[in-house]
Amino acid sequence: MSDTISVKNISVSYYGKQVLENVSFTFTSGKLIGILGPNGAGKSTLMKAMLGLIPKDKGTIEINSKPIKNFRKNIAYVPQRSNIDWNFPIKVHDAVIIGTYPKLGLLRRPKKEDKEWALKCLEKVGMEDFANSQIGELSGGQQQRVFLARALAQNADYFFLDEPFVGIDVSSEEVIIGILKQLQAEGKIVFVVHHDLTKVKNYFDELILINKQLIEAGPVQQVFQPENMTRAYERPVAMLDDLEVRM
Amino acid sequence: MEFINDLQTYAFLQKAFVTSIMVGIICGVIGSFIILRGMALMGDAISHAVLPGVAISYMLGINYFYGAVFTGILTAFGIGAITQNSRIKSDSSIGLVFSAFFALGVILISKAKSATDLTQILFGNVLAVRTSDMWLTLAIGSIVILAVVLFYKELLVSSFDETMAAAYGLNVRFIHYAIMFLLTLVTVASLQTVGVILVVSMLITPASTAYLLTNRLSVMVVLASFFGALSAVIGLYFSFEYNMPSGPVIALATTALFLLAFLFSPKQGIIVRKIQAFNRRKLA
Repeated sequence: MSDTISVKNISVSYYGKQVLENVSFTFTSGKLIGILGPNGAGKSTLMKAMLGLIPKDKGTIEINSKPIKNFRKNIAYVPQRSNIDWNFPIKVHDAVIIGTYPKLGLLRRPKKEDKEWALKCLEKVGMEDFANSQIGELSGGQQQRVFLARALAQNADYFFLDEPFVGIDVSSEEVIIGILKQLQAEGKIVFVVHHDLTKVKNYFDELILINKQLIEAGPVQQVFQPENMTRAYERPVAMLDDLEVRM
Repeated sequence: MEFINDLQTYAFLQKAFVTSIMVGIICGVIGSFIILRGMALMGDAISHAVLPGVAISYMLGINYFYGAVFTGILTAFGIGAITQNSRIKSDSSIGLVFSAFFALGVILISKAKSATDLTQILFGNVLAVRTSDMWLTLAIGSIVILAVVLFYKELLVSSFDETMAAAYGLNVRFIHYAIMFLLTLVTVASLQTVGVILVVSMLITPASTAYLLTNRLSVMVVLASFFGALSAVIGLYFSFEYNMPSGPVIALATTALFLLAFLFSPKQGIIVRKIQAFNRRKLA
């Protein structure tokens, strides 16, 4: 089954200041989509508006022509690491079990099979040895992998990750991108807020380039072009991934 | 022990005992969520803000429960309204709203009844617990414990990662106000035992003590309840044997337990950490 997410003309403002203006795009199943733009471009705001977490001035977000709120239990969201209290009294395994909550619904508790499933998801990100650690004892990359495991435990069709690659080690980065590509291959739709311009071409096959307004959305080869980047960043941008290929 | 004999003899002491333990338990339960959600100040605010409600109930001749719950909830909404609709930060709006309610409460109480009543409400007098107060506390306690057991999952996820909870469709604003409602109920139940001013010590201190001792929320809630109940019984003992006001004794008992955990907790205790560091240096 092929799904379509379409965003139509969404605008968002905070205290009268416009932060997103008439952003529209459409993507279908099996896509790994980077949301790219300079600081303050409204990348996280776009993601939160899509999920209905912040009020928007206008616009619609639909999945298969129905409002996105009908699909909430199929949406996995991974917040920015800085938004989490890492001293919270919770162990890694329990944090991943939270991923089973949406489909359990109210009043039902996670059962043995839910706990085993959470452990399997931890294995997928290579963190099963840390199941009994407190989440604050982990490194940044390990924390990010645990949150990805939680998203996997949700068995969702739509994934939204806010800056998952910030401040993490290389091996965690490889594990995470490997899993995102696997999700893509399984036909999921994965949105990733990203601000590092290196490796954009290696990571994503589709891009949403924004700076308050949509600059362009579509395949990486088409969007990730010097003219577009200069328009988004309002200055010439070194396309670092080209440098890396040459080195 | 003489106290145990007295406990078997005097009915008023039994009522105080049962009430104290229930108050300790529910303060520990709700307190755990309050401190993890960064709402310690909110606990202080609600407890002070029930005062005008208590006064109005006296004037109208109804049970103080109704008025207290009413002004407690009104405060929660008032703080929310100011924070969401202006640039005032939440700690300022909390201070702003509760001081106004508390001031109004002090004036109304002094009009409604004599000054001794004010002291009792402010600092608690566990030995004056009536049968109806005990049943009210037990009823509130059952509601609070039942709510937390039934919706533990939702309380956990919304306290840990509110954005994720909202993304999958939980009504996090409703959960916030539900917790405020439970907090108000707990405060009302604690009025007789610890008094308005020191309820916050029962909410924050046993939960903080438990927080230093465990990495699991469920264990934290149970430990906090235990410390709360223990402190309340200690308060009752001193109140009965040495004629001390129960609220302050309870507050000091919670603090003593906290200091023990702060110094000696296996993972967080500062003395334990110093000894470990010393041993590492010796080995090196």
